[in-house]
Amino acid sequence: METLKGKVWKFGDDVSTDLIIPGKYKFKTIDLGELSRHVMEGADPQFASRVSKGDIIVAGKNFGCGSSREQAPLVIKHAGVSAVVAKSFARIFYRNSFNVGLPLVECPDLYENVETGDVIEVRLLEGRVESMGKAFYFKPIPGFLMTILQDGGLVEHYKKRGSFVWEEPIKSQ
Amino acid sequence: MGMTLAEKIISMKIGRIPSPGEIVVLPVDAAMAQDGTAPLMIKSFEGMDAKKVWDGSKAIFVIDHISPSSNEGTSALHKMMRDFAKRHGVVLYDVGEGICHQLLPEKGHVFPGGVVVGADSHTCTHGAFAAFSTGIGSTDMAAVFASGKLWFRVPETLKINITGWMPGNVMSKDAALYAIGEVGADGATYMSVEFTGEAVSRMSIDSRMAMTNMAVEMGGKTGLIASDGVTREYLEGRIKVPFLEISADHGAHYADVLEVEAGKLEPMLSCPHQVDNVKPVSEIGDVPVDQVFIGSCTNGRLEDLEAAARVLKGKKVKARTIVMPASRETYLAALQSGIIEILVRSGCVVGVPGCGPCVGGHHGVPSPGDVVVSTTNRNFKGRMGCADSSIYLASPLTAAYCALNGKITVPE
Repeated sequence: METLKGKVWKFGDDVSTDLIIPGKYKFKTIDLGELSRHVMEGADPQFASRVSKGDIIVAGKNFGCGSSREQAPLVIKHAGVSAVVAKSFARIFYRNSFNVGLPLVECPDLYENVETGDVIEVRLLEGRVESMGKAFYFKPIPGFLMTILQDGGLVEHYKKRGSFVWEEPIKSQ
Repeated sequence: MGMTLAEKIISMKIGRIPSPGEIVVLPVDAAMAQDGTAPLMIKSFEGMDAKKVWDGSKAIFVIDHISPSSNEGTSALHKMMRDFAKRHGVVLYDVGEGICHQLLPEKGHVFPGGVVVGADSHTCTHGAFAAFSTGIGSTDMAAVFASGKLWFRVPETLKINITGWMPGNVMSKDAALYAIGEVGADGATYMSVEFTGEAVSRMSIDSRMAMTNMAVEMGGKTGLIASDGVTREYLEGRIKVPFLEISADHGAHYADVLEVEAGKLEPMLSCPHQVDNVKPVSEIGDVPVDQVFIGSCTNGRLEDLEAAARVLKGKKVKARTIVMPASRETYLAALQSGIIEILVRSGCVVGVPGCGPCVGGHHGVPSPGDVVVSTTNRNFKGRMGCADSSIYLASPLTAAYCALNGKITVPE
């Protein structure tokens, strides 16, 4: 969980939740196996059949913009993607991803320096991404979100503890 | 130093002055999930082994996105919501009641100073009532249903100050589209967007809600407007708590300010396939229009239907035109005032109060190659259910003129 190594799939700016999982599918079922067959369909129809476990999505700004559908990070995670590294994220998508146990990293500098197929390594605790021997830095993930992530998402977190991490005083970022 | 509207509402909850960037935990006054998000919320709630909903009177389900259901899978999810609502005493607005963002204020769940969360990104709409109101996902919502509280990052604020008054063919939607074009789709990410100025003070509640609704399309966490006499008039008789006038302090610190001269605004369109691809209608030229949709949580209110009826009275539409009132209350008011009859006689299809074609889940799906003019809030590729159609976002007035002429038209 703290160090993730995987093959890059690169996308552009403003990848909306409609591109990640079109609305027409999400109203009919909450079965993730079924929904994951359409992951990223709007942005790259080939993605779902080609993505492998551990792969990492790299994207431009405002990744996950649009609707609040949690199916978006869920299908990405279910498809095997281990993390998303973007220039920036839309805020609801950001919260949802940690809640379902999908790590997100805001690292604007990486974008121009990787292509689809490259292998990168993301070190969550150190705030560092390595690509082709070069290092790129990001602001480490806030502690309480890291706790949720390490527990395997918010559902497991509450199940395990019987309370939410934020019910204790939270230190500001 | 003074506080912005968002800071002031948060300060009323935590009993001290908050600073932007800080994480705070706030008690929630209304928590809503709709049929696109509630099923996953229920799954998360049950997965957490949460035993009971913290306060059923503040927890609300709305069946509006695929409503009435068009298929067995959706019907099963709707049933899941009804069963959960019954078991836990959650307030349920079922098929035909209307769109969540119209129902929450109508039914008295939203009040100035309140904290509202919705498992729907357009929950920012309720900031029109000076409530701190934002969209969250299903699992966050499960946490709220279990505990009645949630963490928030105190937002910086972008002020959009609209001075003067708008020309007759411009609606608040045009002002919102113009602002999104200036700020960009992510220009206000994590921020509160506070609308101020003479034009905002003079606007009706319907017009104000159309603007706060669009705040998320520039990345905003919430859209906020100070509560005043207009807000009071709408909420009186609906809310059970005392009405408060809340506004930002003089000397509040804003991360950024966008000044808009209302008198210089003209009818705007958000062009395919990004909401911030905004141009004046006058620059688009002769584009034939196949379908028009007038409705949604952005522009399905009485004022919007009235605007369309004024244009279409005694005339026939040349494009397929679907109209959906935002709620049963809106529908009844439009029936009683003759608006519905005007629209039906002009050739419009009037449907059930709900989200309708906006979400591309059941009816009104465009065909490949179709050009759609819609009063909704998103024109992403595939949004209305067909990736090969083009969606232009417009005010109800512009949409009605496009329907009338079967092509993109500047309203008079």
